[in-house]
Amino acid sequence: STTYHPTTTILIKAGNKPPPATPGKPKKATTFQEFESITSDAWDVGDDDDELLAMAAQNLNIEVVMETANKVIENHSKQQERQRQDDPAESGQREEDAQEEVVAEEVEEEEEDEYLRVEEVDAISPDASFASQSSPYTDSRLVKSHSEAPIGSPKAGEHAGLHRQRSLPHRPPIIPLVARMADQNTSGTPAMTEREASRLDKFKQLLAGPNTDLGKRYSGQQPPLIWQRLRRQGYLPANAERRESVLQRKRQEYFGFIQQYYDSRNDEHHQDTYRQIHIDIPRMSPENLVLQPKVTEIHIDIPRTNPLIPLFQQASVQEIFERILFIWAIRHPASGYVQGINDLVTPFFVVFVFEYIEEEVENFDVSSLQEEALRNIEADSFWCMSKLLDGIQDNYTFAQPGIQRKVKALEELVSRIDESVHRHMQQYEVEYLQFAFRWMNNLLMRELPLRCTIRLWDTYQAEPEGFSHFHLYVCAAFLVRWRKEILEERDFQGLMILLQNLPTMHWGNEEVSVLLAEAYRLKFAFADAPNHYKR
Amino acid sequence: MGSDEAYNFVFKVVLIGESGVGKSNLLSRFTKNEFNHDSRTTIGVEFSTRTVQLNSFTIKAQIWDTAGLERYRAITSAYYRGAVGALLVYDITKHLTYESVERWLKELYDHADPHMVVMLVGNKTDLESERSVPTEEAKDFAEKKGLLFLETSALQSTNVEAAFNQVLAGDSSFSASFLVMIRPLNFYQKLGVRLC
Repeated sequence: STTYHPTTTILIKAGNKPPPATPGKPKKATTFQEFESITSDAWDVGDDDDELLAMAAQNLNIEVVMETANKVIENHSKQQERQRQDDPAESGQREEDAQEEVVAEEVEEEEEDEYLRVEEVDAISPDASFASQSSPYTDSRLVKSHSEAPIGSPKAGEHAGLHRQRSLPHRPPIIPLVARMADQNTSGTPAMTEREASRLDKFKQLLAGPNTDLGKRYSGQQPPLIWQRLRRQGYLPANAERRESVLQRKRQEYFGFIQQYYDSRNDEHHQDTYRQIHIDIPRMSPENLVLQPKVTEIHIDIPRTNPLIPLFQQASVQEIFERILFIWAIRHPASGYVQGINDLVTPFFVVFVFEYIEEEVENFDVSSLQEEALRNIEADSFWCMSKLLDGIQDNYTFAQPGIQRKVKALEELVSRIDESVHRHMQQYEVEYLQFAFRWMNNLLMRELPLRCTIRLWDTYQAEPEGFSHFHLYVCAAFLVRWRKEILEERDFQGLMILLQNLPTMHWGNEEVSVLLAEAYRLKFAFADAPNHYKR
Repeated sequence: MGSDEAYNFVFKVVLIGESGVGKSNLLSRFTKNEFNHDSRTTIGVEFSTRTVQLNSFTIKAQIWDTAGLERYRAITSAYYRGAVGALLVYDITKHLTYESVERWLKELYDHADPHMVVMLVGNKTDLESERSVPTEEAKDFAEKKGLLFLETSALQSTNVEAAFNQVLAGDSSFSASFLVMIRPLNFYQKLGVRLC
């Protein structure tokens, strides 16, 4: 059974941030501050699970979430249609205008002191500030699988005032500046526009600014991500002063672990663990280097120019990963180190490092960082990864029972939501374990570009048991997303090769959002399902 | 099932051996003629195919590349099912990887068809200067255990074709004795499995 951690049930409560969607002045933070003072002790480590659960449950309005999810899907379809109809020049202009609004609003929001804000509101997350949206939308398809309708088919329905993000074709992804820096050389991603570049400068200025208060510092773009993570990881309280001190304490704790354990890595009882880690780390690369068969020639050089590669080849970076993984493994003897766990450090590490990167990431040398900064990055990455793994540790204990269970659950779920796909797999004797093992073991990291992983995990952290339970629905949505390609394969070989090389190389925020929306639909459609779906 | 007209046999072959010995690169070298210095660790099982001509038969080699770490064995044992050939790979520069061969053999025979064709493969001959496993020693061991034996370099493409072809040829001569006429796709696979 999964270990339940109270501190992972961290939903951002309604009122935690101003309602988004329409450009204009965001609501002032008074509501938030009130809320914060009432709940400031909620973040204390060791709080009562039930209390937090109750709080979370209250704010979760299933109808609203479903509504939102449907809107996203519908919006995506409308957008697809619009793209087909639009004159490219016209959509470019519209994009620019919308971006203008975005920048204006962001600049205002940046000035807000010390409140948690996501620049892109996750339209799917249960933090239901959508309660304020009034547009009624009934969907009789609520329970039926979306996958039975081809994505992109025109649907009648109102175009609700959904978050601006959804209505922009080709708007660059948000985990953006982090991820787009990583993608700069990928030919599939549009080059940074001038507007984006100036936004980037703004954020860099902010980060470099004299005011290093944690809240303000992290009111930029991807820093809120970090901020959310740290906070959601539950080891940082909401109160600013306490936050800083707890953060320092956790960092010191990690440095203590290094002193306690790291020197023993060559001792007899630890050397196998260390040896395996030592083999795996130099082979790490942040992106999938396997050439995807369906990708045309012009994309072939993408992996080789991935700007994150030089970063991962630096000895000091490799050492950091080795230490983090070794210490975690020693402290978790029930599982020890399992190949795949190393991948799970990457998103945290990358996000934290990117705070400091000023020049081109290809030229970035971590030794240019202050030693303290690097140590903090390491410690923070350790704790974030640790927290993540706490909820899924039985994925990695002997025989990996967590994974076996989840793959079984995936199969059952798919058999219910898309009988054609399921029967097709059965007909050609493809076992779910053969492709979905990796989906569970590496949390889809090997199937998606890093930027998508970061985006996905952001939502996972807002969900109770996001990495264990919600992930199952994401996997199901992911699988049936490819139903057309799957049904086209008429032999075992073709199916296996497809499923292990799904063409997601150019996926971005858009695709992940639709995936999440579909996963939410599935989750709530099966909310009353027997328990074996939930564990 | 129109695609099976393109081949007479489908043989499932598994690559096994310790982590880091070069299984994935042997696979990519054989099926795509590629070698990747930065290949990431294999998670679970990865899969590739190649069609070859052997003795006037068209054979589709269905090759499974497994993760080497002990942790995975509880899961990967399921993948032995139906396999008719195996390449048991070690790294000639790392004696430890050779020492595990007995253990891998045991696992193989515990889970797989006893008539399976097995080849012991000493990989990374391009690193001759760092050799720690003498050729003769490994060769004698293979003979004693009834295994085929070759040393390869996935990097330089040495003996890779030969290794796979020998295993497949071993499979085909085994299956050919049951061949009456050309059959559709899964027939010979199932034949192999039923012999267990």
